[in-house]
Amino acid sequence: MTADLQLTDEQIETILEDMVEVHGYDFTHYSRASLKRRIIRLVSLDKFLSFAEFRFKVRQDPSYLNRFVEQVTVNVTEMFRDETFYRTLREDVLPVLATWPLIRIWHAGCSTGEEVYSMAILLQEANLLHKSLLYATDINPAVLEQVRSGVFPLHQMKQYSDNYIRSGGRKDFSMYYTAQYDAAKFDERLGKRIILATHNLVSDRSFNEFQLILCRNVMIYFDKELQDRALKLFDDSLEALGFLALGSKETLKFSTVTGNYRQIENKEKIWRKIK
Amino acid sequence: MNPKYEVLAIGGSAGSLSMLLTLLPHLVPTLNIALVVVLHRKDSEDNTLVDVLRHRTMFAVKEAEDKETIETNTIYVAPTDYHLLVEKDHSFSLDNSEKVNYSRPSIDVTFESLADVYGPTVVGLLLSGANADGVDGLKAIKKAGGGIVVQDPAASVVPYMPQQALNALPADMLLHEHSLERFIQYLADKSQ
Repeated sequence: MTADLQLTDEQIETILEDMVEVHGYDFTHYSRASLKRRIIRLVSLDKFLSFAEFRFKVRQDPSYLNRFVEQVTVNVTEMFRDETFYRTLREDVLPVLATWPLIRIWHAGCSTGEEVYSMAILLQEANLLHKSLLYATDINPAVLEQVRSGVFPLHQMKQYSDNYIRSGGRKDFSMYYTAQYDAAKFDERLGKRIILATHNLVSDRSFNEFQLILCRNVMIYFDKELQDRALKLFDDSLEALGFLALGSKETLKFSTVTGNYRQIENKEKIWRKIK
Repeated sequence: MNPKYEVLAIGGSAGSLSMLLTLLPHLVPTLNIALVVVLHRKDSEDNTLVDVLRHRTMFAVKEAEDKETIETNTIYVAPTDYHLLVEKDHSFSLDNSEKVNYSRPSIDVTFESLADVYGPTVVGLLLSGANADGVDGLKAIKKAGGGIVVQDPAASVVPYMPQQALNALPADMLLHEHSLERFIQYLADKSQ
């Protein structure tokens, strides 16, 4: 994709400074390569003819703020993505969580909620959903509305059903939703234990204690400093012997909290807090 | 004098592996170059590719990791299901945003990012394939002053991708089995 209007690195920095100054959103610790590509993509999608016009819109039009945040952050997610990851949650993590009287789980950067619903299904099948709370947070209020609806594109269901089976699911996946035109509306019982809130990993603090925190494919968009800050925030928010789950290309290895954790034996990207 | 090439970026899709395997043994450490390889393939073939390449080269071969710094004499393979980008400090960033040209990793995304960071010191090589991914990436490399090499469509298992590139822009040279020595010389001329 080649955008008509190319932005210089200086212009990108100017927009990021505007976002902090005018709107209080700090993207300055996001990885530049991806962020620059997303901003140029947005400029192309919305057909801005000049940098000045784009900057004016970003600074002056409050309704454009949501559009900017929604398009610049990445909202690509799937149900039961990475079959071995979900198999490990099902077989190794949930049996441990089952020993707590109340299970609190945080999906940080939940996007449109496919992973939250995947987790709700796992909990339901382990007969743990009734004593679980799933906190789903994202920087972007628009995606939380989608999580609230529990509606996902029907054309994805074949793929999700395959993912579910490969990750060890034994039921008929279609029992979890009803098809309405091109939408799959998920069983309301799954959504009842989900609590939604906007939360910015850059600027917001810990708000509870959890036994499991999932933050997958979020920190790849952060620079090293922000990655470390986010991991400290998770460390502050995780109970002793709780679990932290990251994306398949993310690691705790180089962070300052790494000494508090031990990766689970099968080398999935799940760490247990041992200190 | 032209600046030396620091990175050889290779993109390929259907039918590209045999040319890559033929090329690799010819690459010598004196070139002082890093390779970034983006091949379209199935998720399940992730580790296999690194192992296959490893047996054909003196260079270190590894999957590119998030935040890892690019070093010479190393072949970095883009992991499946992520776009591979490069930061100004020559470290990698992974990105799992929407597919581009039905592909993730997309050759365009990596080539454009390398062009942005490495400018005239990157050379893009586009191999056999059945879609047009990589063409915009080569254009970006050209615009940044880098080198352009395309597998000879006549010598490609699936000529569509290299042909699309040649329809869009001129190549410095065409690559086929019999021009490998000339290709190494092409890299060396700018790599000393």
